Amino acid sequence: MKVSNKLLLMAVPMAFLAACGTTKTMQSEPMVEPEPVEQQVEAPVAVEQPVVAVVTPVEMDAGFNGHPLDDPDSLLSQRVVYFDFDKSDISDQAREIIAAHAGYLGDHPSARITLEGHADERGSREYNMGLGERRANAVRQFLMLQGAAARQIEVISYGEERPAAFGHDEASWALNRRAEILYKNR
Amino acid sequence: MKYKLSSIFVAGLLWLSNIGLAQAALTIEITQGVEGALPIAIVPFGWQGSPGSQPPVDVAAIISADLQRSGRFKALPLADMLASPHEGSEINFRDWRLLNVESLVVGRVIWSGSSYIVQFQLFDVFRSSSLIGYSIRSTAGGMRLTAHQISDLIYEKMIGVPGAFSTRIAYVTEIRSTAGTHQYSLQVADADGYNPQPVLNSSRPLMSPSWSPDGKRLAYVSFESNRPAIYLQEVDTGVREMVSSFTGLNGAPAWSPSGKQLALVLSRTGNPELYIMDIEQRSLRQITRNYAIDTEPVWYPDGSALIFTSDRGGTPQLYKVTLANSKTKRLTFEGRYNSRASFAPDGNSIAFVHEEDGAFRIALMDLATGGLQVLTDSRLDESPSFAPNGSMVIYATENKGKGVLSAVSVDGRVKQRLALQVGDAREPAWSPYTGSQ
Repeated sequence: MKVSNKLLLMAVPMAFLAACGTTKTMQSEPMVEPEPVEQQVEAPVAVEQPVVAVVTPVEMDAGFNGHPLDDPDSLLSQRVVYFDFDKSDISDQAREIIAAHAGYLGDHPSARITLEGHADERGSREYNMGLGERRANAVRQFLMLQGAAARQIEVISYGEERPAAFGHDEASWALNRRAEILYKNR
Repeated sequence: MKYKLSSIFVAGLLWLSNIGLAQAALTIEITQGVEGALPIAIVPFGWQGSPGSQPPVDVAAIISADLQRSGRFKALPLADMLASPHEGSEINFRDWRLLNVESLVVGRVIWSGSSYIVQFQLFDVFRSSSLIGYSIRSTAGGMRLTAHQISDLIYEKMIGVPGAFSTRIAYVTEIRSTAGTHQYSLQVADADGYNPQPVLNSSRPLMSPSWSPDGKRLAYVSFESNRPAIYLQEVDTGVREMVSSFTGLNGAPAWSPSGKQLALVLSRTGNPELYIMDIEQRSLRQITRNYAIDTEPVWYPDGSALIFTSDRGGTPQLYKVTLANSKTKRLTFEGRYNSRASFAPDGNSIAFVHEEDGAFRIALMDLATGGLQVLTDSRLDESPSFAPNGSMVIYATENKGKGVLSAVSVDGRVKQRLALQVGDAREPAWSPYTGSQ
């Protein structure tokens, strides 16, 4: 929890920067008031300094050097969401993960993902193909509500054909009832 | 009663020739037999011919294994036989009566210089009379099939319905390597598990094999292009064509009884719906329009309607849709999960996946009365498929962590298991009668 709080603090200035960039291009009168933009840029830098002072060098490296999708402390590094048996409802935990990816996709219009839908081995195989697709579509819909574009998302169901865990018990089944977010293009 | 038919010899031969094939060989084990099976003796067949022309297989042993495997017969062990007659005039019926054998099969294989003639006769021991007798032309390579055909004739004479020993089964195998790679294979084997032949190998999933009504082609789903697509393939030549690769699901192909149409599932409109494709024209007719998952269609034997799985009522259940008027009727009400029907050849009943107390089993339902009978007692049973004579249902299940095929008689009394030496087997589809070979 400590780590993610620090990250949030760092994420805020980054989001500000991004927002400023878009305002600049979108607004029709940027020439009139260039000053507030500069002020906004400066302000976060000032906020950032104490945070950097608190973070240990190792954690800073992990947080900043890699691609945001590879940051192990970011929700973006989580690419799998899980479901209940014969259900496609998205849990609160899954919601957070999907929202993070929706934000990323919205910020990176050239990013492309494949959403793989999966089911556990119970029941019949073609029904499970339908169930896997329904799960992937549920994630897709949520991504789109949160800012991702349809053209960024491809859905494919593997039903029960590609399990993540190979046991024949609830522990494995829980891991197999899933949708996976796979980036084809970052 | 436990009776094991070892395929070590055959597996050994295959091992020498092709390791992949050896891994695909099936071992059959009868896990539950019938009390009061018919006592029968199949005497080792005689042989007439020039040196070196001995038949390549033991015909009597194959017949004996077939009949025993059906659960309806109890074959007299070789060691208990007091004599080895090869024709009627050599039989002392009193000896066989003393052994409590009711039926007796004798015969011989004759090498005619270019082919074999297999002769056999079935006798009623207590009446001392011949029931049937045939002379069948065969070849070295066709001798197993000839033996299965003889089993079919004996079964039909004694039980009243034709045997299904000379038919085949298609199924999917998967071998997972420790490196995490997968090898999927669509296989076709004789109904006794011998002679498995790969129809298609792939590193990506293969699913849902379905026989054409003439038994010459298979429809199946392959992910070879990274997405599910439906292919039709001639089993003997390997010639194949892709017939469906729309956006989304392309699945659950089912050949119509006429062989001219294919019921299938597409989700190109956003969710899985049933369609019927005219195979020659490639035209599509949409059958269902419902927000639910509609899938796993099977044809009524008269081609007038489909039974399919749908969760439109909240959980997967079986429904019937009449093609002439699209009228839809729910068929299953017992239990919260009923799916993937297989039609009995006579059209009177269906086998399907039925959940009870968290276990998924194969159940049988009489379509006229709605009466439901659970046939199996394990917990991960799926993909039922009727034998073409309606006597047994083959299905996929799990045993000691492996995917295996099992068969159960429609009265639930006889069970047998077909296991691969390596890897998982699943999705069995029992072929129809093919008439010819």
